Amino acid sequence: MQQFANPARFLALANRILPFIWVAAIVAFAAGLYGALAAAPADYQQGETVRIMFVHVPAAWLAMFVYAVMAISSAIAIVFRHPLADAAAKCAAPIGAVFCFLALATGSIWGRPMWGTWWVWDARLTSMFVLMLLYLGYIAVWQAIDDPHRAALVARVVALAGAINLPIVKFSVDWWNSLHQPASVLRMDGPAIHSSILWPLLVMAIAYTLLFLALHLVAIRAEIGQRKIRALRIAAIGER
Amino acid sequence: MSILWALIRRDLTLAIRQGGGVGTALGFFLTFVVLLPLGLGPDQALLQRLAPGALWVALLLSVLLSASTLFQQDYEDGSLDVMALGAAPLELVALAKSAAHWLSAGLPLAIAAPLLGFLLNLNPAGIWPLAISMITGSLALSLIASIGAAVTVGLRRGGLLVSLLVLPLYVPVLIFGVSASAGGPQIATAALLILLALALVSLVLAPLAAAAALRAYLK
Repeated sequence: MQQFANPARFLALANRILPFIWVAAIVAFAAGLYGALAAAPADYQQGETVRIMFVHVPAAWLAMFVYAVMAISSAIAIVFRHPLADAAAKCAAPIGAVFCFLALATGSIWGRPMWGTWWVWDARLTSMFVLMLLYLGYIAVWQAIDDPHRAALVARVVALAGAINLPIVKFSVDWWNSLHQPASVLRMDGPAIHSSILWPLLVMAIAYTLLFLALHLVAIRAEIGQRKIRALRIAAIGER
Repeated sequence: MSILWALIRRDLTLAIRQGGGVGTALGFFLTFVVLLPLGLGPDQALLQRLAPGALWVALLLSVLLSASTLFQQDYEDGSLDVMALGAAPLELVALAKSAAHWLSAGLPLAIAAPLLGFLLNLNPAGIWPLAISMITGSLALSLIASIGAAVTVGLRRGGLLVSLLVLPLYVPVLIFGVSASAGGPQIATAALLILLALALVSLVLAPLAAAAALRAYLK
């Protein structure tokens, strides 16, 4: 990992693998959406609305996964002083916030016909909402502090402090009785849903993850470009 | 250890002798409690049901507002630089300042809250659980707020940012605090123990995080 501390080497690698990730993401989305919208059977109880699950569940997974990426990048930045770790954490935050918003929005749209309400203050929903606020706070820290080096140091603390919420989101449905159904895929005794629904769900999860990877790499690339522009501007002022 | 005591004593003296300390936080608490029935209507049964939760939210906000400038003055007048250069590590300084804040703001608020509960028609049986859970919970609140205060210490307009950063971290304390003061006897005991665990965990982790953030500004 240390060899990618050199931004030029990282950029070269990112440019080389990005087209493949985009293609893989498009293929996965095509397969996943076909499986979700056409191949998967409608639920005997929920009817066609069950198809919202295929966009809702992966978004929720990704919202948590991206925060984990952010927290781990911040930890790597503290321990190894990897120069790109801060950029990785910074660039993951807006993407994760959008996934979190998607999970909340699609969940709300799904909850309307199923639970008869757009929103309930239940453990899983509330902890997901808190995750959204943590994302917004983290982004606000980067925007509030002018000096990027200082902002990076402070943002690490904020990201790691907020990581405490992740297990709360994950286990909220087990710890509190809630309307939201408990974990049904990642369970000790195997998935509790039928394979005809499971495989489109997993393909959609892979598609979302590939999309995140592609967007993340593009964002880091832009961040490196921005740093370079900043450095050039400062150098130009020095020469004047 | 003597440095820790000296720092705590210094902050306590400042809190008592300077204006804008304990009294203001209590005043804020009182105002919140007065405003609540005006907004919700004077229905006694409704107020009794809402009282523990409302008092907890009031506690959260008053601790947050009084702690959001925990390091500000010392950062601006340079005392914090001196403390950072001193014999005690910055983590200990952060711990001392949070402890002093708890003693000077969190504890008085937690003790006053059940008394203010009479204004909200608080169930008399709920006074002791509320007091005990608030005394425990306010320690965690002061410590968590110190992270937010450290993160925004050098910012000119950090006030709103502190709220955005700290309030999400207050959620577990609020949930278990309310169930420790309003749940049945069994739930209340379990929630109180979790509240105690939250306080102890933040006692260990919050000074570390606050010191790391302070170092970013002292460079």
